[in-house]
Amino acid sequence: MRTILSSLLLFLSLSVHANEAALNAEDPVIEARLVKMAEDLRCLVCQNESLAGSNAELAQDLRREVRAQMKAGKSDQEVIAYLTERYGDFVLYRPPFKPVTYLLWLGPLLFLGIGVGIWYLTLKKRRNLKETPVDEKQIAAAAQLLEEK
Amino acid sequence: MIPELGHFAIIIALLLAITQAVLPLVGAQRGNLTLMAVARPAAQGQFVFLIIAYACLVYSFLVNDFTVENVARNSFSQLPEVYRITASWGSHEGSLLVWVLMLAFWGAAVSVFSRHLPDDMVARVIGVMGLISIGFIAFLLLTSNPFDRMIPPPPDGRDMNPLLQDWGMIIHPPMLYMGYVGFAVAFSFAIAALISGRLDAAWARWSRPWTTVAWAFLTLGIVLGSWWAYRELGWGGWWFWDPTENASFMPWLAGTALIHSLAVSEKRGAFKAWTVLLALTTFSLSLLGTFLVRSGVLSSVHAFATDPARGAFILGFLAVVIGGSLILYAWRAPKMVTGGAFNWFSREAMLLANNVVLLAAMGAVLLGTLYPLLMDALGMGKISVGPPYFNAVFVPLMAPALFLLGVGPLTRWKGESLPDMVTRLKWALAVAVVTGFALPFTLEGFNPWATLGFFLAIWITLSVLIGFRERLKHGARLSSLPRTFWGMQLAHFGLAWGIAGMTLVANYEQEKDVRMNVGDHTTLAGYTFTFKGTTEHDGPNYRAARGTVEVSRDGKLLNTLHPEKRIYNASGMPMTEAAVDYSFTSDIYVALGEPLDDEAKTWAVRVYHKPFINWMWYGATLMILGGFLAASDRRYRIAVKKLEAPAGAVARGA
Amino acid sequence: MKRWIPLVLFAVLVGFFAKGLFLNPREVPSPFIGKPAPTFTLPVVGAAERTFSPEEMKGKVWLLNVWAPWCVSCRQEHEVLMSLVRERELAIVGLNWKDKKREAEQLLDQQGNPYVAVPDDLSGKTGIDYGVTGTPETYVIDKSGVIQMKHVGPITPEIWEKKFEPKLKELGA
Repeated sequence: MRTILSSLLLFLSLSVHANEAALNAEDPVIEARLVKMAEDLRCLVCQNESLAGSNAELAQDLRREVRAQMKAGKSDQEVIAYLTERYGDFVLYRPPFKPVTYLLWLGPLLFLGIGVGIWYLTLKKRRNLKETPVDEKQIAAAAQLLEEK
Repeated sequence: MIPELGHFAIIIALLLAITQAVLPLVGAQRGNLTLMAVARPAAQGQFVFLIIAYACLVYSFLVNDFTVENVARNSFSQLPEVYRITASWGSHEGSLLVWVLMLAFWGAAVSVFSRHLPDDMVARVIGVMGLISIGFIAFLLLTSNPFDRMIPPPPDGRDMNPLLQDWGMIIHPPMLYMGYVGFAVAFSFAIAALISGRLDAAWARWSRPWTTVAWAFLTLGIVLGSWWAYRELGWGGWWFWDPTENASFMPWLAGTALIHSLAVSEKRGAFKAWTVLLALTTFSLSLLGTFLVRSGVLSSVHAFATDPARGAFILGFLAVVIGGSLILYAWRAPKMVTGGAFNWFSREAMLLANNVVLLAAMGAVLLGTLYPLLMDALGMGKISVGPPYFNAVFVPLMAPALFLLGVGPLTRWKGESLPDMVTRLKWALAVAVVTGFALPFTLEGFNPWATLGFFLAIWITLSVLIGFRERLKHGARLSSLPRTFWGMQLAHFGLAWGIAGMTLVANYEQEKDVRMNVGDHTTLAGYTFTFKGTTEHDGPNYRAARGTVEVSRDGKLLNTLHPEKRIYNASGMPMTEAAVDYSFTSDIYVALGEPLDDEAKTWAVRVYHKPFINWMWYGATLMILGGFLAASDRRYRIAVKKLEAPAGAVARGA
Repeated sequence: MKRWIPLVLFAVLVGFFAKGLFLNPREVPSPFIGKPAPTFTLPVVGAAERTFSPEEMKGKVWLLNVWAPWCVSCRQEHEVLMSLVRERELAIVGLNWKDKKREAEQLLDQQGNPYVAVPDDLSGKTGIDYGVTGTPETYVIDKSGVIQMKHVGPITPEIWEKKFEPKLKELGA
């Protein structure tokens, strides 16, 4: 009952209003592709913004250019190649994987590897450590110090 | 006159900082109690004079004294009063004054709440904080005096950056600096311990509450910044991996690691050298962040106006403070293995794993932030490292740490039986896995990222519940559980809650970009948005086109939103002021784009549906509360009570 | 020995930062250096029937100066360019970038015209083909049509002396 009522109300409210608003983009499919790609691209004239988010004039021009190329049937790779030919890798927020960026992309893995290595060595050492009664005493002494001071 | 008074107060504060640094440190070394006793009054005096200086600055802003260059550049006669106060920290100079004020605040706080510590420890801690103060106050006076005059004054000010005119920005910078600078206390404790050679469990216990409170403030500062970006930048994003954000996120990651490793050092006497190094690293990263944001070596949306002289000064100071502390570390850190033995599977091993992952993640953020600079410096060309990189490396690094978070707190010190743990956790694991896979299917179908997020959120939540249940089963009452336990559980649950919110909003948000004439409507996520046109609206220091958008669902009007497109009078800068309908389950976010016809009847309008985004802020709030709660645990105050310290001491951080 | 590692890492970082202070993160090198100048054919400002294309400059060392009437720093640069062409023989082509208000012709009439030709890039597409991010930018192109240098920002007499003169001499202009 409630659904009938609400859909009736919805119908009423729709009929009162004017038109369904048109999408801003002429072609939503291309627009979705553009937005997805532009999030990985840098607005060149801004301090640090993506091409998708920027309102700078050059960013608008480049978006228009990318849109036109997509409409002309160019693939994402071709469009990105078009941009890097002109602006270099600087335009890419996701740096390409090549010798000068090996450290960038593999660095985090390397850090984790070093960390796991340290973890392993520490634990190996600890496991073989004899439980030192001195240490328990030390802790007790420290606790006492805290209580008394 | 007032600005000169402020300037003079800073000079006196510098002299007091020198006194605070030199005399107590010398006294502690020689065992001279009289010299050591200078520490407390000097720290408090420095704080008082910086308050005076800061009050003078706020006064100059309030009365629109445009003969002060800082005021002329960052304020405006039409600027509302509350923003005139916040404009005082909107500029490089003003925010630096807040920085040193916060440092002095922490110094004064240590001087008040450290009556149970040995005199030489207090003298050294406060002395080291004085050393840091000297550097920053000198930086302020020599390169960035906030009271510089401008004669003749301009007829009016240039106005505060409109982006900062938002109430999310009112308390974001002070809270952020409280956190940043608060790690100076942990740093100073570490230095004091290294100098005196007394790197014991007592040292860990003393620095723990300070670190936790600083961490809580930093969390609050970061969250406020994220909330501000979400509301103010106009396209509903909340984290951009901008160098400025990374600058605050790196100390947070290191600080989080520090809190956990301090637990091991305090409870088990282990990892002392490591914990000291972490304390040094955390504050060093705060200093590094200050350098990155203020020197112009990186390009960022939020960076302050840049000046190589300033960059050189901070870099020099950085080299002295961090370099000096690392030399001290290399020289004095204990070379013996301390603390007891523990097994592969033990609380100690889990906490160490937490440290490993957090630091690897911090290293990844640092690497991504600095890589463009490194390549440029080596002449290997310019590249950009942006959100796609950080998302690609950060999430996979953190996921295993979050999984271990579900196990760690339930693990016993020294050693735990793995089969036992499996028995205790198998149901939780099963429920988390099944729900993690099932939930996305009930929404939009299979989505591995959503599954990962849901799994982790539910896993951590269940682990927190099991933690409570096991404590209660062993005869504890809820009210008798220590606050450190409550704080930890609250923070962990807050993290789970935040992860749930992040997962939901990142995977299920919807947006639509439409052109709307008066009366047009559009639907998104079951909501109908009807555009009622725009009206002219005059703000105090801007003119705006104010739109009216009615949001309804099933024909029932829910809310009327007023997104604005503003032009600020002084700068002519256009600003998009989004309108948001906040609720527990979702935000409805409407932003006005550009007018699309000459009469401004048709507008580009962007509408967003952001499900459960508020859960991120709620979760973060619990993490912050958890931090304060843990820091207020009575075992940190026990000695204070014995000395019948003032009531304020007991209430600290609660 | 292990304990010195953090210090060493930090020292390396400080070295990079010190270098970084003297670098400008906004100055981006052009990927076109050493590559042939992209070709185009555009109408010329003030001569409705004429068009310009880089091929016309083959055999000459020339400058492509990207400018616009709405660009404030181009005005200062304009004076520098005027005095340069007065003193010596110099082929500067002024790409008029995105002059939507059509002010270039009038401006050049009033302020003088240092250019041998002013191609009219109304849509801004030719600028994008050259990787222009803002005005003014200047390319030095050699006799075979290869881009040899790019300068971002207005040319001042000092920059001309330091950066352009040696390059032009090297290219045999």
